[in-house]
Amino acid sequence: MNTGIIVGAIAFWIGCWALNSWLVRLRPADRIVAGAINLLIPVLFGMTLIVLWEGITKGFNIPSVLLPSPSMIWVRIISSVDILWADFYQTFMKAVLAGFAIGCGSGFVAAIIVDRVPFLRKGLLPIGNLVAALPVVGIAPIMVMWFGFDWQSKAAVVIVMTFFPMLVNTVAGLSASGAMERDLMRTYASSYWQTLFKLRIPAAMPFIFNALKINSTLALIGAIVAEFFGTPIVGMGFRISTEVGRMNIDMVWAEIFVAALAGSLSYGLIALLERAVTFWHPSYRR
Amino acid sequence: MQEREGLSAFIFDRLLPVGIVVIVILVLWYGFAVLMNAQFEQDQAARANVEISTSQLVANTMSQERPVLPAPHQVASEIWKTTALKKITSKRSLVYHAGITLSSTFLGFVMGTALGIGLAVLIVHSNVLDRSLMPWIITSQTVPILAVAPMIIVVLNAIGISGLLPKALISAYLSFFPVAVGMVKGLRSPDVMHLDLMRTYNSSKAQVFWKLRWPSAVPFLFTSMKVAVAISLVGAIVGELPTGAVAGLGARLLTGSYYGQTIQIWSALISAAVLAAVLVMLVDLASRIVMRRMGMAR
Repeated sequence: MNTGIIVGAIAFWIGCWALNSWLVRLRPADRIVAGAINLLIPVLFGMTLIVLWEGITKGFNIPSVLLPSPSMIWVRIISSVDILWADFYQTFMKAVLAGFAIGCGSGFVAAIIVDRVPFLRKGLLPIGNLVAALPVVGIAPIMVMWFGFDWQSKAAVVIVMTFFPMLVNTVAGLSASGAMERDLMRTYASSYWQTLFKLRIPAAMPFIFNALKINSTLALIGAIVAEFFGTPIVGMGFRISTEVGRMNIDMVWAEIFVAALAGSLSYGLIALLERAVTFWHPSYRR
Repeated sequence: MQEREGLSAFIFDRLLPVGIVVIVILVLWYGFAVLMNAQFEQDQAARANVEISTSQLVANTMSQERPVLPAPHQVASEIWKTTALKKITSKRSLVYHAGITLSSTFLGFVMGTALGIGLAVLIVHSNVLDRSLMPWIITSQTVPILAVAPMIIVVLNAIGISGLLPKALISAYLSFFPVAVGMVKGLRSPDVMHLDLMRTYNSSKAQVFWKLRWPSAVPFLFTSMKVAVAISLVGAIVGELPTGAVAGLGARLLTGSYYGQTIQIWSALISAAVLAAVLVMLVDLASRIVMRRMGMAR
């Protein structure tokens, strides 16, 4: 046990906490400074977590098979960039992107059909709501059996996982436009398609982006879990399950880091896109 | 469209459309079962050098040992065989496996909900935590935690913690998020007017919490608990995958996929689905009862 490191980490923690409490109480008039402070507070908090983690693992001499320290994980990330990239390419670029695009696209088209046919809305939507709450990852072994070990089976799992949230949310979104606006479109003698494209789809955008955000994490989970059931010898899920077996926990953490980075970046990208598309929405107005 | 009321509304707006869609799905399922299993039967017939009639072919596709896609009645009879006809303690009983999955789901759900409520209470009462912790709670969900499940299980096993707890931890991690986010919203939902009223009564922070914030957060709590219970089941199932497929619905999935027992996979899958639906319905029922007693029934 190394008391110095632990005390240092805890001191850092208290220091950051005091700094944050001070930062929170600041009310700068300048908008840029306020934005910077808003960003700085969570960053400081995250840094504290990492320092505490490093301090505890180093200080208590926790064996790296249990919990490697952040610095060890970082060294591993740097030294095996090529493996991580190959896994990322296999899982994310091939399976996740293809599955996400097809799943969300078909969910959207199905929602428009469901919205057009009242019978389907009554019959299919309760089932869609049910399926959206089900453990869909369970179909992974079946998909692996049907579509083989390569990325196609993972994309199939992602398609099924992302389809239903998109369907349910888009149908909800399509009825979000107000009666007044729809009446206005009627007085303009606009056709069904004109109303759809000019009024109802734009009004549904917040709901659609909500589904996209949910799906962006679901897609990554689906692809990685599906790889537990069989893969070629590359892919993030494959690497995680084999390195766990070999007790190379730092490599697993490196893989988790890549997954977290990919997940956060795609989530952030969708959030930025949402801001650009639904700039009219009250939550983005200033 | 004319509004229907009462029983006829239920029949025409709910039962009939849902029933017809379910029937269509079943018919499609049978159709695909025939299509996807036919190849195997044709190969068999060709190998045995016999002509096979179409009706025989269709009948055969429905009763294969390891079909590519089992027909619905095969799955149903497998579920019946492994639930009603087996003793509950038997390792081949689906009830036994579902019970194991359910217990870790439940433990994880309780832990996750408690953690979520605790975090929400802290966040609502501390401005520092709100601004520093909340972004990280959201980021924590972009980490595909299910991918980490095998590591948590193996590592905890290595230090001697095995059985229910590791799986429950995964369920807890998954289910704390909706509860935390929902409860932050819920605890902040009281009107400014009501908060001001509490101030004029000179009530303490604890009194504001128990008499105003908590009651108005209850509807939010139940909504997020519905989501939480469904995903803690997912967490428990995935948590069972890397334990070497000993017991639980996840283990049934894994052994099924190792040995090509498709009927077993489908029956595990369907029972997981039924379990999820029942759990969500139970939370919904609880929410209705509580809401009625609190006088908030819709």
